[in-house]
Amino acid sequence: MLDIILAGVGGQGILSIAYVLDYAALSAGLHFKQAEVHGMAQRGGAVQSHVRLAPGQIWSDLIPAGQVGLVLAVEPLEALRYAHELSPEGWVVSSTAPFVNISSYPDLSGVIGQIAALPRQVMVDAASLAQLAGNKRAENMVMLGAAAFLYPFPPEAALAHIEALFQAKGEKVVALNQRAFGLGQGASSIYREAVEAGLSAEQAIALCAHLHPGEVEPGAAARWAGAMLADPSMPWPTERVPATLAAAP
Amino acid sequence: MKPLILLGDEAVAQAAIDAGIAGAFAYPGTPSTEIFEYVERHKPSDRSIFTQWSSNEKVAYETALGMSYAGKRAIVSMKHVGLNVAMDAFMNSAITGVNGGMVLIVADDPGMHSSQNEQDSRFLADFARIPCLEPSTQQEAYDMTRAGLALSEQVGLPVMVRIVTRLAHSRAAVVPGPRLEQSERPLPTDKQRYTLLPSNARRHWSQLLGRWEQVERGLWAVEGNALALRGEPLGVIATGIAFNYLMENLGDAPEASTLKISCWPPPMDLVRQLFDHCEEILVLEDGYPLLEGGLKGLLNSAPRPVHGRLDGALPRTGELDPAKVRAALGLPARPAAIPAPLPLAGRPPALCPGCPHIDSYNVLNEVMAEAGGGRVLSDIGCYTLGALAPFEAIDTCVDMGASIGMALGASKAGVSPAVAVIGDSTFAHSGLTGLLDAIRAEAAITVVLLDNAIVAMTGQQDTALAGERLIATLTGLGVGPEHIRVVKPLRSRHEENLAIFREELAYQGVSVIIPSRPCIQIRN
Repeated sequence: MLDIILAGVGGQGILSIAYVLDYAALSAGLHFKQAEVHGMAQRGGAVQSHVRLAPGQIWSDLIPAGQVGLVLAVEPLEALRYAHELSPEGWVVSSTAPFVNISSYPDLSGVIGQIAALPRQVMVDAASLAQLAGNKRAENMVMLGAAAFLYPFPPEAALAHIEALFQAKGEKVVALNQRAFGLGQGASSIYREAVEAGLSAEQAIALCAHLHPGEVEPGAAARWAGAMLADPSMPWPTERVPATLAAAP
Repeated sequence: MKPLILLGDEAVAQAAIDAGIAGAFAYPGTPSTEIFEYVERHKPSDRSIFTQWSSNEKVAYETALGMSYAGKRAIVSMKHVGLNVAMDAFMNSAITGVNGGMVLIVADDPGMHSSQNEQDSRFLADFARIPCLEPSTQQEAYDMTRAGLALSEQVGLPVMVRIVTRLAHSRAAVVPGPRLEQSERPLPTDKQRYTLLPSNARRHWSQLLGRWEQVERGLWAVEGNALALRGEPLGVIATGIAFNYLMENLGDAPEASTLKISCWPPPMDLVRQLFDHCEEILVLEDGYPLLEGGLKGLLNSAPRPVHGRLDGALPRTGELDPAKVRAALGLPARPAAIPAPLPLAGRPPALCPGCPHIDSYNVLNEVMAEAGGGRVLSDIGCYTLGALAPFEAIDTCVDMGASIGMALGASKAGVSPAVAVIGDSTFAHSGLTGLLDAIRAEAAITVVLLDNAIVAMTGQQDTALAGERLIATLTGLGVGPEHIRVVKPLRSRHEENLAIFREELAYQGVSVIIPSRPCIQIRN
């Protein structure tokens, strides 16, 4: 059972994430309910969707406060908007790339710090990873991938429904979005391994920026983390290097 | 059959298609819009289903009634405040009755996510004596729409299906039933049946009240109500979607007796059984406390204490959710990762970058500042966002079309300039009549008629009146052609537009300025 709040700004593709989760859940034999926001709020306002996945019957379309297992946010300020609904064991998986369409947008490092203060979190730069996949608009699929370690179905089920979602737009668009999903998965595992190895959230974000999340080997991020902790003044590679054991210090 | 993933709105629409409707009618309004859209996009190839966005909800209702009169099944869908517009037709259709099955789907918006009030349509069903079904799940939305069309033919009345935002806009798997043939009933030959002259109407009204118990029995036979007698201290009645919030918490209150109610009027035999079994009653309604108030009675004379929105067990306003119901059950709140919402910058909706309304408001704000007084009476649509910073350009937003009538009234009370701001679709919906009155009154008002060629706020539906036909209509209503001013709302035309707005605001009669540029979302 997993209760998810999808968070973002109108136009960021929250409902496409929801589409993939819904169909992947159904194909895995799970029950689901997914409440979303239409209408006025979609005009550049804060939007969210409640996605509930469970092996048996689900009653409420809304997730009870305090029972959210995952806040999956395409935007960091929007991740914080639902933090109080997280269960004590809940995860926040958020992009670090801000969507600034309000004059009162707070200092970004403060926002990142507030997310880092939550019990369990993953932060990836969805904007640069989407760019790496081939299109800035694939930020939503990056984030879908970044939280894949928590889904009650295998990532292949998500990839199959990414294909279904984009097939009308052609093979290239399908491949791009599947690539974005994979990069999100890779960056997420780098972040988690780095934090596990003792890096701060900010350091883990910095490490993610220097490793290529397309090629991730278990243990590589931990090796980098160890090196960083041993020598904080260690020079960074100028280009992303593979997150492989061979390429690690 | 294979399950389909459907919004509550879409489940209603799929059910109507499968139950053999010949027509679907609506005016867009959140959270009901997707009902009509789904029918329009999923018409089966083996049959003809007529669909049209109507000019307003009253026309939509009457069109469905006409189709039903002619012997075919039809649905009409609208948001709760849309039913106010259709109210005359709605009330009287209970007196005429129907021929082919007719279901009205009303999507209420408790909590006002996208509305100007949170009125509860069950009151109107009760008022009209029209039976109402209230599903709690997407599957029930499907099943009850089908059952509603059959019930409508069985009892000879329109049937209301009431859903709320959280069901309308939530997806789940729905298993559809077999698709029925489009049935056809003979055209009525009894002219008195549908002609509400007082002599006929008196008779029909008495007949309706006389057979009301039979109507109720038909309604209560629809699957959806369920009584579960458990412990005696507490009995909980939950209507519609509120039942889900109850069940979400029942694991922590397993002794509570429960009654699920999915219709109005409520199944009173089940209510009585619960009252006989339990010492106290809690009523959960995602809407106004209609059942709760009825059970209490004006003299607070219920045989058991009744709790709910009226005595503070639940908040008096807003939509219910699992946490509110949990508190009403006396259960402690679930612990959360952090105790309270973080204080964060809000992110309200805003006009899209490049929106033509931005340029219109920039001009309007400047000329209103120059005029140094006056008021801008506005209306319902994307342009209502002009109320928010940075524009803060409008002074009112009340109901569809109110801008023009209110500008007329305000101008006759001495407000100058009195400016109405209204979109092309809202004008077609309910602005025409107000403008006709303003012309007859020779009022000094300026109507800024924002023509973006689409119904934008609800997601790009066709508009009934835009472009050349809009101008021809204005001329036909009697607006002086020299005071119909079409402008292009662009930053590069700002100075030119300022001059035109100044001229028309100074004119002591009815003038209409049409900032005309397609919605920026159309290309998407």
